Parts: sequence; C-alpha cells; structure tokens
Amino acid sequence: MPSYVITEKCDGCKGGDKTACEYICPNDLMVLEPNTMKAYNQEPDQCWECFSCVKICPSQAIEVRGYSDFVPLGSSVYPMLGTEDIMWTCKFRNGTIKRFKFPVRTTSEGSANAYADLKGNDLESELLSTEESEGYQIPKPQATV
Amino acid sequence: MALPNKPEGERKAVRDPEVDEREVDVLIVGGGMAACGAAFEVKKWLGDDQSVLLVDKAAMERSGAVAQGLSAINTYLGENTSDDYVRMVRNDLMGIVREDLIFDLGTHVDDSVHLFEEWGLPVWKKTDEGKNMDGKKGLKLGTLKSGAQPVRTGKWQIMINGESYKRIVAEAAKLAIGEDNILERVFIVELLLDKNKENQIAGAVGFSVRENKVFIIKAKTMMVACGGAVNIYQPRSVGEGKGRAWYPVWNAGSTYTLAMKVGAELSMMENRFTPARFKDGYGPVGAWFLLFKAKALNGLGEVYVTSDAAKNELERYAPYGTAAITPTCLRNHLMLFEMKEGRGPIQMDTVTALAELGKSMDKKELKHLESEAWEDFLDMTCGQANLWCATNTEPEKKNSEIMPTEPYLLGSHSGCCGLWTSGPDYDWVPDSYKIKADNGKVYNRMTTVYGLFTSGDGVGCSGHKFSSGSHAEGRVAAKQMVRYAKDHADYKPELPMSKEEIVDLVYKPVRVFLDNYEYTTDIDINPAYIKPSGMALRLMKATNEYGAGHQTYYETTSKMLEIVMDQLRVMREDCEKLAAGDLHELMRAWEIYHRIWTVESHLRHIQYRKETRYPGFYYQADYPKQDDENWFCFTNSKYDPKTGEWDTFKRDYVQIIPD
Repeated sequence: MPSYVITEKCDGCKGGDKTACEYICPNDLMVLEPNTMKAYNQEPDQCWECFSCVKICPSQAIEVRGYSDFVPLGSSVYPMLGTEDIMWTCKFRNGTIKRFKFPVRTTSEGSANAYADLKGNDLESELLSTEESEGYQIPKPQATV
Repeated sequence: MALPNKPEGERKAVRDPEVDEREVDVLIVGGGMAACGAAFEVKKWLGDDQSVLLVDKAAMERSGAVAQGLSAINTYLGENTSDDYVRMVRNDLMGIVREDLIFDLGTHVDDSVHLFEEWGLPVWKKTDEGKNMDGKKGLKLGTLKSGAQPVRTGKWQIMINGESYKRIVAEAAKLAIGEDNILERVFIVELLLDKNKENQIAGAVGFSVRENKVFIIKAKTMMVACGGAVNIYQPRSVGEGKGRAWYPVWNAGSTYTLAMKVGAELSMMENRFTPARFKDGYGPVGAWFLLFKAKALNGLGEVYVTSDAAKNELERYAPYGTAAITPTCLRNHLMLFEMKEGRGPIQMDTVTALAELGKSMDKKELKHLESEAWEDFLDMTCGQANLWCATNTEPEKKNSEIMPTEPYLLGSHSGCCGLWTSGPDYDWVPDSYKIKADNGKVYNRMTTVYGLFTSGDGVGCSGHKFSSGSHAEGRVAAKQMVRYAKDHADYKPELPMSKEEIVDLVYKPVRVFLDNYEYTTDIDINPAYIKPSGMALRLMKATNEYGAGHQTYYETTSKMLEIVMDQLRVMREDCEKLAAGDLHELMRAWEIYHRIWTVESHLRHIQYRKETRYPGFYYQADYPKQDDENWFCFTNSKYDPKTGEWDTFKRDYVQIIPD
C-alpha cells in the first residue's frame, strides 16, 4: 500500500525547518523534488505502509493507495494524529464508513522522564539504574537442574 | 529512456565524499527498541571522562520494528516467574535455548514496561468487575507498577494503545543520551578490528544517506542492534506488495553480517520465523486467537487443530508437540499439513468468535469490541485494515484467510537465530555460557569478539523478548559496555585500514557506477555492473527456489542447499560490481550485501544440522525427523576474517531450569 503525495496539497514544507515526510520515513523513501518543491515516494515497492509520512504531514498531502498486487481500488484508511488520540476514518469499497478513536499518549509531548539526574553506583552488579535506586532484588532460579 | 543517462535519485553520489572521523568510548549502532534502551541507560553509568555516540540508519522517532506502533506488549512478567518464562520459551523453540539469557531478561523486562507507562504509553487495565478499560480510561485505576491489573490476552501479553509506542520510547532515549550524541540517517556498513590487539573491536564505518560523507568512528566498545533480516526470501507478493513484509522491510540482516564479518560466533542461525498471518495484508492474529478466542478452520470448515490427524502429527514431535501450548512452528506445521492434504484454504473464523462474545454484551459493549478488533490492525498493520475495507470485509460478517508468510530471520520474536553472547556472571550460570574478555572478566551480552555487544534481534538462542525485552536487553548491554570501557580505559583503538582505504570500500558502488554508466543508453542495464534492485530479486529467487522458501512449502534437500550455496557465492562475487548512482541506492547496495551474507549463514546452518528441528518453519527432506540423540545441541559457526574460512560446530546445551 504505497504512499502517494497529492500534488496540489504538498508545499514541500517550505515554512518548516525540515521536510516532514523525508525526515520521518524509516526506509528513506520520501524525497523532495527540488524544482517543483514537492515530495514523492521514490521506491513504492519498498513501502511498509507504516503511515509515518501520512501521520506527520502538516498539509495532509499524503495518503496511501493499496498495493496493486492484491488490493482492489476504492477504499481508504486515513489517520488524524493528535497529541492525545488518533482518529481513523476507514472507507470501504462499498461506501461503508467506520470511524475509530484511540488514545496514543497519556502525558504531554516532550515530558518523558529520562531520569537525567540518576547516576548508578555499582558498576559490577547486574542491576539497571532504576532497579538499583529502588532497591530491587534480582531473583534467582527457584531450583536448578 | 532519455540520453544522456543520469542517476535517478535526488541525492547524487559523488566520487570523493567528505570524511568525518570520530572517537568515542561507547558506540551504539541502531535506533530501535534495543538501542533506545541502551540510550536511556548508558549515561546513568558513564563517567564524566567517557563519551558515547548512537548511530541510526533512520530517524529514532519511527525507526526499527516498532516504527508503526504495536497493539500489545508481548513480554510482561507481572505475577509470573522468570522460571516459568524460561519454560515457555524453551518449549516454543523446541527445547534448545539459552536459559541463562532468558531468565536474566525476565528479571529486567518489567522495569522497562513500567518506564514506558510512566512516559505516557497507554496500557489497558482490567477493572475489579473484569471489564477492559483502554489506556486512557484505565488511568484512574493506577499504573502497573502501583498494582493495577493489565488486560492479559495470554499469560505473558498485555494490551496497549500503542500507535505512538516508538515515539514515546525514542523521546526518553533521546532526552537521556542527548541530541549531540546522536547521528541519524547514517548507515554503518562494516566493523573493524583493532590493528594491534587480537579479536578486539576498534571501530565502525558507514556513510550518511543525506550528504556525501563517510563516517569513521573509533570506539573501545560497541553494541550492534540493527534488527533482523527481511526480504531475504521472495515474499508472496512480488510487485508493489513486496514491501508488505510482516517484519520491517528495512531490516537488512546488518546486525548479523556486521558482527560475523569480524569473527563473532553465530548460534542457531538455522532457526527462522515464518509467521502465519492474515493473507496478503499480514495483519496480526494474536488478538484474534487469544483475546477474541477465534478458531482457525480448514477448507472443509473443520477446526482442524483438534482433529485426530492433527493430534497424530503433534505426537510425532513430542514432548514439544504434546505440551499444553503447541509451539509456533508446529502450529504452522498443522496448517501446512492441511493445505498439502488438499484441505485448504485456512480461515480465521472471526464471524463465530464475535457472535459468541456478543452473546453476553449490550450494544455499547459490542461497538467497543468491534473497535478493539480494528485497533489491533490500525495500531500496527494499517494496510491490513485497508485490505479489509477494499474487500468489504467486516469481521463479524466475513471470515478472512490466514497463511504462513515468507521466512524472516530474527532473535527477538518467536525465533532465536543470532550471535553467541555471554550470559550474566551469576553462580548458577554454567561456565560454558560465560564469555571472558582479555582481562578474565565476564561481560553480559558480549559476543565472542572483545568489546562487541549485541541485543534484541542480535542475541541468539533466546527468543520471545519482543519489544519490551529488547529494550531491557539494550539497557543491560549499555551498562556492560560502560563497564568494559572503564576496565579498558588505557586501550586506544587503532584501525587496520587507512582513511583512503575505508572511503574506497564504502564508496565502491558509487565509483563502479560513475566509471561505467555512460557506456549504455539504459542506466539500469550495463554489463559492467548490477543495480541493487536487480541483485535483490536474484537473491530472493534463489532462496525461494532452493533454500526452503514458500515455493516448496519450506522444504529443501542437501542437493538443493548445495545449489543455493553456490549461487550465493557467485552473488557475493558479483557484489563487487554493485553500482549506486545516488545515496539511497548506495544504502540499498550495502543492504543487499548484508542480506546475502546473513542468508548464507542461515543456509550454512541448515546444511550442517542434519535433522528437522523446526517443522513448520523449514524441512530438511533428507533428514525429516527430530534427532535428539545427535542434535540436541546448539549449532554455531564462525567466520575467520583473516583466512575467509568458515567453521561450523556444535556447542553443548545445558538445562538450568527443571521441567
């Protein structure tokens, strides 16, 4: 199900500090054509349909069309990723539409606790840093052969 | 076709790239769950005078196997013991596993899961009344760490709302290690041993896929964790759909190739994973079997797994086949058995399952159940949801076909190929499982090359870590690397190649291209070179035909193995003529090279192990049975970087945890 870019909607992320789809694609597929300043998928048969580019595009310019090998035309699956939830619109070939909303995160973006000030003490033990600070005891096998 | 020829990509490669030389104490190669674990942990132990660098081929926010998200965490021990975790993994992998590594992982994995939840990953909760709450609504019940109950789909799995799983984990990793210590979009292609010190890792070389720049990074110690291997066998879809692999298509076997080429010992490389998934879309089946209690039907509409024929088949593989939980490979075996006997196709009976569950539910609960079924796909295999839409499949009205995929190599899911690494230095761990460095000390998760560590898909003989276990294992390795670097503070890595020689090596495909591309009128067809896309197809055709791909129902023979091994040898020779006109193609050139080495080691192990240990994953038709008398052992192999020779040999299995 390769991603495709809608010509009219893509502005090449001109206003941003980076081309969003190019930044995010885990397989280095999305690239910017410098003359038109529009993005495209340079290798559709290596697309994992992970939707990373679709979710990150600030112009909603990227969608996916099912792999021509086995997916009939006429359907679409489209996400709107927010800070707390994701909304999916699933359109069937026969016109049926289903919408789903799922949580994605329970904290605000950027607030993950990296335990930046935590320093481990005993480099010779097998305890991880947070385990050590909490006094965790590593269990041993209940019995051995 | 238009003359003159020009490279097709947007980032043209030049003959002479810039060179960026660096030196650090600790190097992390990879950016997935294991590398994020290492990035989170490493600075907690790093001395003020020590340095670290992480290098990712992609962007950490969405790299690795969890890029798309996940709908479950498959390893959370909770109320279970590590002892039982070992028993489960051992049975699923047909008896031969490293129990020290698995037990050790089981003691650390929950700490990582608790961190994920603290960072913001929504984890489903079970109310006192037995109702399921999603990760947002369930917040009021508290955290797993504070004693709230997860929604278990099996003994080890818990449900999450995991669309942003990787983004959350990467955020903490990046904050912990610091942006200045991360290089994204840099692909490491070769490791280098020290010039003076025998069997000691000294550096890694690679290039940027964004600018013409070669990186030469010296390090006292490093971890290689770049996932498993995908697109090494012809997928069932061969056009656009070949990107729709079950495991991430960008996993190129780099972990195994990088390490084996410097002489690190491999173990159980014959093991592979051919998951049974929803046909074509490759959507997950775990929630359907475990959460919704769906049954698989054969073409006659029978629940074939409980038939007498199936029971007879399973008895042939006792004690694994007759255990309470049938091992993954044998579940595949039963499916293939039905298909070969003319009782296909296999269907997931979603209609009956949802109808049964619906009997005790009101309208609102039913709506929620439908939403759960769709979320399972939308969180981790969006394309499967689209396939249902395109084929007008509503699971309550229409069943869906399931089928085993093409083979993948991995060490973190229900597979166990990888590197032979040291276990922890506990008194209950046998000496044969401990690898001592030059100073006589044992370093957990170190390979047989001094200072070279791995985790996640890289660690062999210990599957069923999944996302959470890979993260925890990366943390274990990170601490050990800092310890190694501290113990070797005086070691000053020196590379065996000059800067010019390294650039020549890394940029060879670019030079081959530039030297020859004007000779013909078609940029892709030239007698002096082969493009990576063509080599990828050649590899997948050969392995599928001879190396136990889906074309032969995963069956091979000694003679077929001889043929494919010869084809692979010639492919490696032709890799000298790989050509890349742009930086994306240069990445593809090195990826296919990594894939060829990896799959060759896989087949070398199958050739050596003269039995069929994993029916359902592959069959050696000349040795169709399990042979515990001769093969109840690890099969290991080692490449000698000096002579270019391979050695393949047995290592003893030691049972630690009683049955």
